[in-house]
Amino acid sequence: MAALLEVRNLRVEFPTRRGVLTALDGVSFDIAAGEVLGVVGESGAGKSMTGAAIIGLLEPPGRIAGGEIRLDGQRIDNLPYERMRRIRGKEIGAIFQDPLTTLNPLYTVGRQLVETMQVHLGIGAAEARRRAIGWLEHVGIPAAAQRVDSYPHEFSGGMRQRVVIALALCAEPRLVVADEPTTALDVSIQAQIIALLKRLTREKGTAVMLITHDMGVIAETADRVAVMYAGRIAEIGPVREVVKHPRHPYSVGLMASIPPLDRRVERLAQIEGAMPRLSAIPPGCAFNPRCPHAFDRCRAERPELLEAGATRAACWLYDPASEKHVPESAIHG
Amino acid sequence: MAERIVHEPTGEDFAALPVAERLPAARGAVPDAAPMVEAEDLARHFDVSRPWLQRVLAREPRRILRAVDGVSFAIPKGTTLSLVGESGCGKSTVARLVVGLYAPTRGRVLFDGQDLARARASAAQRRRMQMIFQDPYASLNPRWRVRDIIAEPIRAFGLVRDRAAQRDRVAELLTHVGLSPLDGEKYPHEFSGGQRQRISIARALSSNPEFLVCDEPTSALDVSVQAQILNLMKALQRELGLTYLFISHNLSVVRQVSDRIGVMYLGRIAELAPAETLFTAPRHPYTRALMEAIPDLEMTGRQRVPVGGEVPSPISPPPGCPFHPRCPLADARCRAERPALIPARGTEETLVACHAVEEGRDGDPATAASARALA
Repeated sequence: MAALLEVRNLRVEFPTRRGVLTALDGVSFDIAAGEVLGVVGESGAGKSMTGAAIIGLLEPPGRIAGGEIRLDGQRIDNLPYERMRRIRGKEIGAIFQDPLTTLNPLYTVGRQLVETMQVHLGIGAAEARRRAIGWLEHVGIPAAAQRVDSYPHEFSGGMRQRVVIALALCAEPRLVVADEPTTALDVSIQAQIIALLKRLTREKGTAVMLITHDMGVIAETADRVAVMYAGRIAEIGPVREVVKHPRHPYSVGLMASIPPLDRRVERLAQIEGAMPRLSAIPPGCAFNPRCPHAFDRCRAERPELLEAGATRAACWLYDPASEKHVPESAIHG
Repeated sequence: MAERIVHEPTGEDFAALPVAERLPAARGAVPDAAPMVEAEDLARHFDVSRPWLQRVLAREPRRILRAVDGVSFAIPKGTTLSLVGESGCGKSTVARLVVGLYAPTRGRVLFDGQDLARARASAAQRRRMQMIFQDPYASLNPRWRVRDIIAEPIRAFGLVRDRAAQRDRVAELLTHVGLSPLDGEKYPHEFSGGQRQRISIARALSSNPEFLVCDEPTSALDVSVQAQILNLMKALQRELGLTYLFISHNLSVVRQVSDRIGVMYLGRIAELAPAETLFTAPRHPYTRALMEAIPDLEMTGRQRVPVGGEVPSPISPPPGCPFHPRCPLADARCRAERPALIPARGTEETLVACHAVEEGRDGDPATAASARALA
């Protein structure tokens, strides 16, 4: 399985008056064509930052300070603005949380779709309009032939997010970065949007990076999951393994703190404390002050992703050389 | 349980007692206790018409948004009623009506047996109800120190004699919600979202309330922090015998905290049931659809069944049952006649507003429940 997207040791820094903040540190992962990689974590963990770095839209003064991003073998992290702009839209589509900020309120949705396709696919206006109506039908907008000339404000929230999906996919990109695509939507609409995104990307063999804090969405959509904590990947592996048998103590705590729908528990599991600020990431493993299993090495030395059963976890518990190396049963027990 | 009093204090009892004696010992919760809060046919309409001149020139009728349109419930003392529903269903408007931030267009709220409008006129009664808001970034004054934020209700209601007592009380409240007394010197921006919500809770508790309205208190928080806040709220309820009205859009959160749950749709309650019953035997087609739509974390391979269509506008709600355009069971009666909230066949403690359930067109509830358990 050749990777479509390769991210290697990505490092993003924010120079501030009080020194340089490291927002992402040593982030590495791959996404294959047709694969959905879910990225989860708490706010400030670096999920959206990773997405922004890939599509080349980091908010200044943030900048890529190290590492490489390759799309189909070609480096895209150091391209000049104009070349990156061509790749964005044509090769990489983006879906953001709030459809109102993605859509231009002054243009009809049809015009936005037509322009996107004309620029990136080099097709004529009539053909582009025909396809635009087709896309609106495809994403489930009723009476697409009439709605194509409506403005974004004339659509409801769920319908707008469908338009955004059509807009992201209409240039037939090979990678879609979806940042909290359903967070602003109600649960009944959310299910429609996720089903749609999944169906369309599967049909076209598009790779998807799905960023969300909603584990439920990940569990039913993603093939693999990366759990992020304090700008680093804590654990990455097949979705079923990470959800059902997380290995990193942070993933274990994160999964346990989700309120179950099928039963009432007297007391929810909680991780004590809070994620550290970027300006105060502890040495060693960033999770060590909150970790019930932390030992001396965790406070001194930063763990790399290590084989941990079916997943990889950045945790010294999984280093066979570690004095405290434990079988995973001990973590869950 | 042994500490809980058997005598049910009435409104007069509370009013007769001096503040110090009313709390906290006299605040035990008795199951089936007298209701703390009752809503009777509560409605709130908003006039969203365009300005008069424009409206007259364009010959437009008035546009009335029926945010809440006939909601009735009772919350027994010491228990939690949750209202769930999608955005625009009117749940937050109910929360504001119940504490008197909005005046009802129709119907009334009884607070401990007394009309809310009358109760709000008395500081002694106002002190007994408090509200926690969704956004802990917007609900705390950024220019005030945390100790002043928490002490404001104490000062406003004159609950302590001197500054030293006030300082002790603030320190006690901070400790109670899991913060340090030293945190009182800091400003809100120095805290994370979860810690800020703890400060909101400490402020709400500072007037020794008996009834808390919590409007999406954990929606702005990350899941691991949400667990901390929910655990704290449950512990406080056990200790202080608090009564909660809990507003949320998240069914799994609601399941963890509620005694009873009301599912709202377009300004009305579609189903009102004991928490466990709602999840094991949901009756209203909308409740069932909501549960089907929730993403499945157990990874059983169950396919989510999206609810078709969208929530109609509360400005021009459909006639009859507001859910009928999206309902698989809708027939001519559903399109014409508004269903009343009445006990459901089979699950008596469940109230459902649905003609299909009333007429037995919804299939066997026992079968439906076991099918869900198996799924």
